[in-house]
Parts: sequence; structure tokens; C-alpha cells
Amino acid sequence: MRNSSRAGFTREMLINPANEMKREAHETQRLRHINKIDEEVSTAQRSDSLVQSINQHFPSKWQIIAFVAGGLLSLIPMASAQTPADSDTEQVRRGEYLARAGNCMGCHTTRGGEPYAGGRKLNTPFGQFVTPNITPDNETGIGRWNSEDFWQALHYGKSKDGRYLYPAFPYTEYTKVTRLDADAIFAYLRSLPPVVQTNPPHKISSPYDNQFLLYLWRAQYFKEGVYQPDKSKSDEWNRGNYLVQGLGHCTACHTARNVLGASRDDKLSGGKIMGTHWYAPSLISPLEAGVGEWPIEDIVELLSTGINSHAVTSGPMATIVRQSLQHLSDYDLRSMAVYLKSLDEKRDNTPQKVRKMPEQVRQYVALGEKVYKEHCQNCHGESGQGVPGIYPPLAGNRNVTMRSPLNTIRNVLYGGYPPATAGNPRPYGMPPFQHFIRDPEIAHVVSYIRNAWGNIGSLVYPDDVDNSRGSEF
Amino acid sequence: MPMKFFAFILLAMISGLVSAAEPASAGIPDTLEERIKPCIICHRDADLIDRDAYFPRIAGKPAGYLYNQLRNFRDGRRYYQPMAILLENMSDGYMREIAEYFASQPYAYLEPVAPALSPDETKSVETLMYSGDPERDLPACSACHGEKLMGLQPAIPGLLGLPHAYLAAQFGGWRNGGIMRGQIPDCMSEIAKKLTQEEVNALVQWLPGLPASGQSAGADALTPELAQRCRTILSGQEVAR
Repeated sequence: MRNSSRAGFTREMLINPANEMKREAHETQRLRHINKIDEEVSTAQRSDSLVQSINQHFPSKWQIIAFVAGGLLSLIPMASAQTPADSDTEQVRRGEYLARAGNCMGCHTTRGGEPYAGGRKLNTPFGQFVTPNITPDNETGIGRWNSEDFWQALHYGKSKDGRYLYPAFPYTEYTKVTRLDADAIFAYLRSLPPVVQTNPPHKISSPYDNQFLLYLWRAQYFKEGVYQPDKSKSDEWNRGNYLVQGLGHCTACHTARNVLGASRDDKLSGGKIMGTHWYAPSLISPLEAGVGEWPIEDIVELLSTGINSHAVTSGPMATIVRQSLQHLSDYDLRSMAVYLKSLDEKRDNTPQKVRKMPEQVRQYVALGEKVYKEHCQNCHGESGQGVPGIYPPLAGNRNVTMRSPLNTIRNVLYGGYPPATAGNPRPYGMPPFQHFIRDPEIAHVVSYIRNAWGNIGSLVYPDDVDNSRGSEF
Repeated sequence: MPMKFFAFILLAMISGLVSAAEPASAGIPDTLEERIKPCIICHRDADLIDRDAYFPRIAGKPAGYLYNQLRNFRDGRRYYQPMAILLENMSDGYMREIAEYFASQPYAYLEPVAPALSPDETKSVETLMYSGDPERDLPACSACHGEKLMGLQPAIPGLLGLPHAYLAAQFGGWRNGGIMRGQIPDCMSEIAKKLTQEEVNALVQWLPGLPASGQSAGADALTPELAQRCRTILSGQEVAR
């Protein structure tokens, strides 16, 4: 179903945070070599295959000689310095990949707008944030930034002018990103064509526009620090943790936020996504989107194609798959799967008893059965079995039965297509029923599918349907 | 190569000369028709829809026009929430395929509805439609949408077989800048803003009064001057920012 080697990335090209210390050692060696240009450069490369795998190429002997000679003669330094060395190109390529993994574009691009030129509006209870232009335009973008400024933003949440950034920019997660990766992302952003685009200012409600309050917020909720690998775990697990908790900032949506907008914890325990009408399910609960019982391959398939035999992505997750996850290497997807699988909460194995429904409830649910037969059964099947990989099964589908019915109601109201991806380029879709079934009928049918075929879920009422309406565009 | 070809033929014969609509799985046909079920819940045949329905016919409209609209909805240039949500994660290639599918579909036309217009109103609409108003720099509608008002290949839509409510909403959108946001030049928006409300009301009643028939005209029916005026539509270009 899926192309096995997207983007041509191999494991060897990717950085494992565990290599960070080796990188430091490597940098030291590099300095030494530049001082002693007569030495055979490649010995250091041979000394550590992992370091070599990072693609940190040494400058060639000739480049070094040219550099030194240029420095001495002060005649040709610019000419040689402007020819990008291989390592620069490689860094930009890596940066492009990492920017995908971090889905910078997802927020820093408006619908149909110039990539990375910002201007997307994020509505929160604290006001409206407008994402900045991060193309290298001097006046309206980050053209005057250097890699240190970028690091300050990504790692410490501070802008070039020293102001604290609002955590709508997920530096609370990005702080885990390594300096090497941050520099690569910056190098990539620098390589983009500058776009002149002035975005409107934030509209932040008082008192949240106060920098001192932000200082206090940071003191309470922001913990700066690059991801530290857990030596007792595998490389894959560590890489997955780094991607899920750091660069990929899954926590930004998959954890509930408190009244001050801070993530409740880093446990990926699910929560309503701020500023949207979507619920990001728990990634640890076996009752929601925990993947403890899925084979690794199924997790990878969902992340990279947007669909597998149990589930289909919709709403913001479908967008994340399109913008980011489908472009990741097999190794990275696998690593994320290994990490996510390890988060599984212990399942309570005592089977839930399907209690006999009170007569009133039975009658309510039966109303939904009628709607189901008319509108849903044709694709999702008589017993909610669906057609795996095409139309998701509803029987045993945790998206249907989980505590929050929000996503299911929205799926019925608005329908949707899973993302068109390399592995699923022509997806089948769900029709929008908002113009064809009234709120009470939607409430009936969602109540029905939450309680048919052995499913157990709370009942849904017309008010719940109305409260699920709305979109960010 | 020939070996492979013969092997293919042999396999095709063995497998019973499979039809194009081979089931993908459990009786679900692997066809575009199955895949566009979310579209036809609204854009279905005229004989299945209510006359007061809002949704426009899309079958038989020029493929380039349909493709441009799909991209406009997805990329936020044309605003309609249900379409924006459906198309959010579509690829250009898939949307092109869908546009071509609908363009090639025959469809049952809505029966014409006699407009409730006075003879004067009718005359003024017909003048706009076929002659335009040079004083206000308004070209004849037929100059772009074809003598038969069935559109022009590849990117100008036909005006017939569309419900009154849809036509009225589009004029409202053009006058308020809600369609083709940011597209420069935006010929229909400029034209709609020059029309009076009375003229718009008459137009959207008059158009559903004509029976739809025939095909879109060829691209050569457009004068160079109008082609220049509507170049963003014809080229399917991205928004001018």
C-alpha cells in the first residue's frame, strides 16, 4: 500500500539525539584538523562510523588550502567561500526534512499562501496569534537572524529582540530539539526564497499581553532542555521519543491544556485542541488511540498513508499526515511507532459487561438504527464491519466509542477525505450529511453506532451536535 | 518486452478479462464513481434534487473550470465551508481527475422555470446578456460564457441549468469580495460590482428560465481583449499577492 522508501532517506542520514555527544567530540576534531591541514582528514571520519553517518563532511583538503591561502593573501576568500560546500547542501537538505518532521509549514503558511511566509491566524482563549513570516526576507521575515537567534527562539522561546515568545509557538516542545538539528532547520529556512509579506499583529486579550505574566508562566510551565536519551532504551525508542515529544510536538495537541494554556503533562493523554472543534485522542489509553496492541507496521501505515485496516485519519490529524508524516523516513516512522507503542497504559482486561439497556435508552438508540440503515450501512456494513482500508469499521472502532463523541459527530456533519498520500493517492471519502440529516437524527445515529455491535458509549443529544459545529475556516 | 506483454495478456485472460470496475475489496468497486460519493450527495442528477436546492450542477461543465474551483476552495480563494473541509487534504492530481470525471458526465438538466419579470426587465436583462453596456465597460455575458451561455472551454463555466439560489449567492459573493479573494484581475467581481441590485435580481431569475442544452463553446470564441481581461481565470494562475 505504501512506497517503502519515500524521499530517499536512510537511517544513516538521520540524526539520533544519542549522537549529540559524539558530535561535540567530532566538532573538536574538526577544529584540530583545520589547524593541521597536513594531516589525513579521513582518519577522523573512519574513527566513528556513527559520526560519519551524520553526513558532517569535512571540508576537502583543497577547500582548506584555498581557505587558508585566501586568508593569507586576502585576494580570493570570497570566491571560495561563496561556493557552497557539500556539507552546506547536505545541511540544507537535512533541514528541509527536519522542517517537515516539525511541520513548521503547518502553522507558518496560510491556506493557499506562500510557504513559510506566515500569516495564519491561531485563535485561542487568550486572543488571536498570527504566525510570523520565517522566510529570509530582511524586513518582513527572519533575514537578519543568525543561527544563534534561531536557537534562542526554538530552544529558549525568546525572540531576536529579547522578548518572550508566546507558547502558541511550541518551544515548550521544540526545546528538546538538538542544536545540530536547529542549525539545519535554520540553514534550510535561509535557503528559501525571501517572501515580502507583512502579517497583521497578534490580537492578544489583556492581561495576557503582559511580558511579566509570560515570564511567570515560563517559570511555572517551561522547562528548557535538549532531549536526553534514555540509555536503557533502544535507539529507535529514543529517536521516537525525540520526534513525538520534541520536534514533532505531538504533545501540543494530544494533551489537555489547563486554564493558562499550558499542557497538563507530557503524557499524551488526550484533550480538546485549543481553538478548534476537534478532540485529539489519548495516545496512551487503550480506550482511545493508544497503539499498544497494534503491530508496528499498522502504526507506520496509519502515520504514513493516513489509513490502515482499523482506522482512518480525519480533521487536523489528516492534515498532519499530508503536511508532515507522509514525508518521514521509514526509520523515523518506525521509531515513532516503537515509542508510541511503549506508552500503552495497562489495559483493564476484565471485559466490560454489556448491560441491558433501560427501555427508554433502547428506544432512543433504535431511532438511530433507522438512520444508519438509510444513510450509513451501504458503506459501513450491516454489522458496522466497514471495508478495511477503504471505509473504516465502526464496530470496535475506538474513535466511535471514546469518551468524547466530538470527532464522530464532526465526521457525520462535514464528512471528509483522508489525506491523498503516496500510499493512498486516491482515497475514498465520507459524505457530509449536514444538509441532509437534522441534528436530532445525527444524535440518534451517533448514539446508535456508539452502542451497536458490542460498542459501549454514552448517548449523544442534539445539543452535542450543535456544539460540535464550527471550523477554523 | 514482448514476453512481458504476452504474459500480461495471458494473465488477463486467465483472470476472466476483468472489467475496469473490479471490486477493490468486499464488493466496493475500485472506481472513481465510488470515490466521489461525498460529491454526489449534493451534486446529484437534477431528477433527484429539489428545485429549490442550492447546489450547482457540475456535470458537463468545462474541466479546467471545475479544477480551478476545486483548487480555489482548497486553497481558500473561494469560500464555502463544506467544500473547504472536504478538499483540505486533496492533491492536485486527484482533483484534476475528479474535475475531468464530472466534466465528462452527461446530466439531466433542470427544467426551465419561467421568470416573473416585466417585459422591461426582460429586455434589460437580454441587453446585458447579449450586448453588454459599453458605457459601464460591461461586456456581454455571452461574450465570455458563449452564445448559448453554456460556457467556453476550458475554464469558463456555463450559466444554465443552475438553481436560482446558487446564482444569487455567487453574485452576492462577487459583490462582497467573497469569491476569488485576492485574484487580480478578478473580472467577474469587477463586473458584478458595476451591476445594480435590480439588474442582479433580474439576471438570477432570467437565467433559470432558459433550457440548458448543448456543449461548451471552443476557446477560440473569446476575443483577445476579453481573454486579457480574464487572464487569471484562463491561466488558472495562483493568486496575485
